[in-house]
Amino acid sequence: MVKQISVFLENKCGRLVRVTQVLGEAGINIRALSIADTSDFGILRLIVDKPDLACQVLREKGFMASETEVIAVEVPDKPGGLAQILTYLEEAQINIEYLYSFVEKPAQDALILMRVENAPEALRILREKQVKVIDGERIYSL
Amino acid sequence: MHKDYLSREEIARLQEKRFRETVERIFKRSPYYQKKLKEHGIKPVDIRGLADIHLLPFTSKNDLRGQYPFGMAAVSLKKILRLHASSGTTGKPIVSGYTRRDLSVWADAVSRICQMAGVTREDIAQISFGYGLFTGGFGLHYGLEKLGAMVVPFSSGNTERQLSLMQDFHTTVLVSTPSFALYMAEQARELGYDPASFHLRLGLFGGEPCSDLMRQEIEKEWGLKATLNYGLTEVMGPGIAGECSERNGMHLLEDYFYAEIIDPKTGERLPDGEKGELVLTPLTKEAFPVLRYRTGDITRLIDSPCPCGRTGRRMDYITGRSDDMVIVKGVNIFPSQVEEVLSTFPEVSPHYRLVLIRQKGFIKDLEVQVELTPQGFSDSFRELEQLEEKIRSRLRSTLSLGPKVKLMEPKSLERTTGKSRRIVEVEKGELE
Repeated sequence: MVKQISVFLENKCGRLVRVTQVLGEAGINIRALSIADTSDFGILRLIVDKPDLACQVLREKGFMASETEVIAVEVPDKPGGLAQILTYLEEAQINIEYLYSFVEKPAQDALILMRVENAPEALRILREKQVKVIDGERIYSL
Repeated sequence: MHKDYLSREEIARLQEKRFRETVERIFKRSPYYQKKLKEHGIKPVDIRGLADIHLLPFTSKNDLRGQYPFGMAAVSLKKILRLHASSGTTGKPIVSGYTRRDLSVWADAVSRICQMAGVTREDIAQISFGYGLFTGGFGLHYGLEKLGAMVVPFSSGNTERQLSLMQDFHTTVLVSTPSFALYMAEQARELGYDPASFHLRLGLFGGEPCSDLMRQEIEKEWGLKATLNYGLTEVMGPGIAGECSERNGMHLLEDYFYAEIIDPKTGERLPDGEKGELVLTPLTKEAFPVLRYRTGDITRLIDSPCPCGRTGRRMDYITGRSDDMVIVKGVNIFPSQVEEVLSTFPEVSPHYRLVLIRQKGFIKDLEVQVELTPQGFSDSFRELEQLEEKIRSRLRSTLSLGPKVKLMEPKSLERTTGKSRRIVEVEKGELE
């Protein structure tokens, strides 16, 4: 599993900038991010090289930040690649809460991050189907 | 401090005597009331005692404002030793003057309130109320001094320094508004203070209402016993009522103040025990006497005996202000009701704000903004939205109106050192 930082953001100018500044000042590198919002608030999700430190500095600066674990998988970079993996989970009736992708490709394959309802079961199925699941240490050091 | 233990008959006799003196003084010396009572067709012979008080007209905040600056004076100005004024957030402030005797009554009243709360001569008390025109700072100052406590007259602001002096002086009593006590606790935590390194044992809080949750929170953060007290500049300042260590309501100093409860709509006097607007008549005031002042505070009087032995009737905690009350879609809402509901959710903090959304001059909607606590934050939208919905539905059953609930980042709502401003109005479309 990969540690992800989630930050609660009011929909207000400057808050996103401030998060990135705080991380920059602490020498933390952002690997991947996704932002989702309603009309009132947003949740920023980040994969960084030093997740524990990131969570700590964000909290010190008054942000509501927490650590969540997500699954990282390598997806063959070809049509139908993602569909195949999602089908495995659907067949097992595991709901995906959200997913987003890495911008950079670590290798030949694309890299997807996802949060699912039943993570241990999802991991078991993905491994059984020989999907490449990537562990945290490798992600942080990409 | 024997005044706190007079029998009910003795209190009644004293009130009767002082009320007659007040009325006599007012007919003789107060140009404002001479004119006002004449307009109401009231002559000195009509008011023979407290039984006739209901014949006297009320005095409102606006009446006092209209007499700015010295229209309420009933003594020559050279006999006035000090002036205070309420914060005039709208229009002119309300001025209050004090003769030497008024100041001595005030110090006596506050010292009794402090003693009731449990302050002793051994205590070191830091006053974090603003010193200045606001009655909080000086009011508590002279009362505590009279009691014999060691006073640290810090005034408001500069939280970091407040904390370091409290730690260095081994301060035992904190005097402030409840919201400032919470704010200081937050700052202490942020600056890395160990709460156990403070010696606070007692808090005297006033200047704004304090919900049960706020009180619990303050006690938990500081490890002190929190007591509440009540007062207002228009009638004197702090020192009108305060909690004893039983904390089952605030004992009124009835030898100095005559209290009535009225229906805020009709002005009818309500029987003891019923909830309504508190009306106060100070019984000894010389400089700026006031008759039947409508405080705007909603409470009730409790006259069951108190285990502490003090005989002054108690006033219940303020559950709202008649002028804080907002009407949204025909529903009367007191901010305190919202606060009570929010206090049942550990997922949100006691810091909240009511936003009245106006459209074409009418209040169209209510939004309740409240800060999320770490416990309430979830990475899942569904859970956050469920939380908003849960709060909204509980508010709906209390208020009979389901306001919009908006979760906010921690510390994003304004903290003030004085009365916290919990109600704002915006035009529709102005919301961020």
